Amino acid sequence: MTQAIRPPKCKRCRAKAQVYLRQHNSAFCRGCFIFYFQRQAERAIAHEHMFGRDEVVLVAVSGGKDSLALWDVLIESGYQTVGMHLELGIAEYSLSSTRKTVAFAEARGQKLIRVDLGAENADVPTLAGLTRRPACAACGTAKRHHFDRVADEGGYAVLATGHNLDDEAARLLGNVMRWQQGYLAKQQPVLQPTHERFVRKVKPFYRLSEYETAVYAFLRGIDYVVEECPNSAGASQLVYKDVLNRLEAAMPGTKLTFFQEFLRTAQPLFQNAEASPPGTCQRCAMPAFGDRCSYCTLLVEVDRRRQQAESRGSGTTNPDV
Amino acid sequence: MGSLRMRITLLPQRQCIEIAGRRRVSDLLRELQLIPGTVMVIRGDELVTEHDFLEAADNVEIRNVISGG
Repeated sequence: MTQAIRPPKCKRCRAKAQVYLRQHNSAFCRGCFIFYFQRQAERAIAHEHMFGRDEVVLVAVSGGKDSLALWDVLIESGYQTVGMHLELGIAEYSLSSTRKTVAFAEARGQKLIRVDLGAENADVPTLAGLTRRPACAACGTAKRHHFDRVADEGGYAVLATGHNLDDEAARLLGNVMRWQQGYLAKQQPVLQPTHERFVRKVKPFYRLSEYETAVYAFLRGIDYVVEECPNSAGASQLVYKDVLNRLEAAMPGTKLTFFQEFLRTAQPLFQNAEASPPGTCQRCAMPAFGDRCSYCTLLVEVDRRRQQAESRGSGTTNPDV
Repeated sequence: MGSLRMRITLLPQRQCIEIAGRRRVSDLLRELQLIPGTVMVIRGDELVTEHDFLEAADNVEIRNVISGG
């Protein structure tokens, strides 16, 4: 039998609520939720000294809810922004992502830098297929390289990404499960550059849940890609998120406490575990732990596989293969 | 006249289901084995909270918010 529980009213204006946040036991109407969300992001930016209004922020934009919500918040808050979008070549998913990102930028009159992985050298399916690496690993390597490269070449001081609380809590759980001390040392909302070609990396949504980010995108009328990347099925991050969401349902506030208390009490203990700063890639001059950066290692392997395929096609043999 | 059935669209699966009778959002999520906070429940152009009731004639969208990879 259904209990007589009244739908909640907005915490700020007492109007009928559209959003209920279990972790805060608070409800908001549309307008007050948008106000609350933007203020939370601005507080994170100020509290963590992420960037100032005199800096141009390069925003990594995939076309998903988190990155478009972040770009929207920064624009609405009056920050100077430039978007950067990687065209990954993952069939219709990537085409849709690019369409929505371009439409967002055009509607708001914002500059968008587009990098087409396929035109540069190799798209994600090619990178993963020829190097026999998992698609998510190849994709992540390519993203990190091009975000760092564009930020450096464009002279931007800071690179902002839409990672939310759920992303950070899932990553923390994964790092803790394997006691990855080096990764735990680097898991912070602000990552200062450790190489002359790195820029500051920031995550203004690190205290906002994935639900809050999706709600913000919906209530702001942002047309984002709802479909999941076809390569994400079975991703370990989704397993960690599922575990955390089950805990959250039983004990609201668990994710926020898990990550905030890590930052406050545990993260400083891992500072000594941080690896020595990177050197320089001999192929592209970007930061690298070794002679070559991870991306160039991939590209060299791609080139080798392509040469192998060409040799087989022309009927010649390559003694080095 | 047959009984009214609530039409529910699940995204991103694009799966459509129909159920009979009004119920509270939290009860619907439990029936569908969905965890609150992992989906948005949308009626028309408005969100509804887990405390709200959905009427038997409503068209509802349940949109997943969790992404990964």
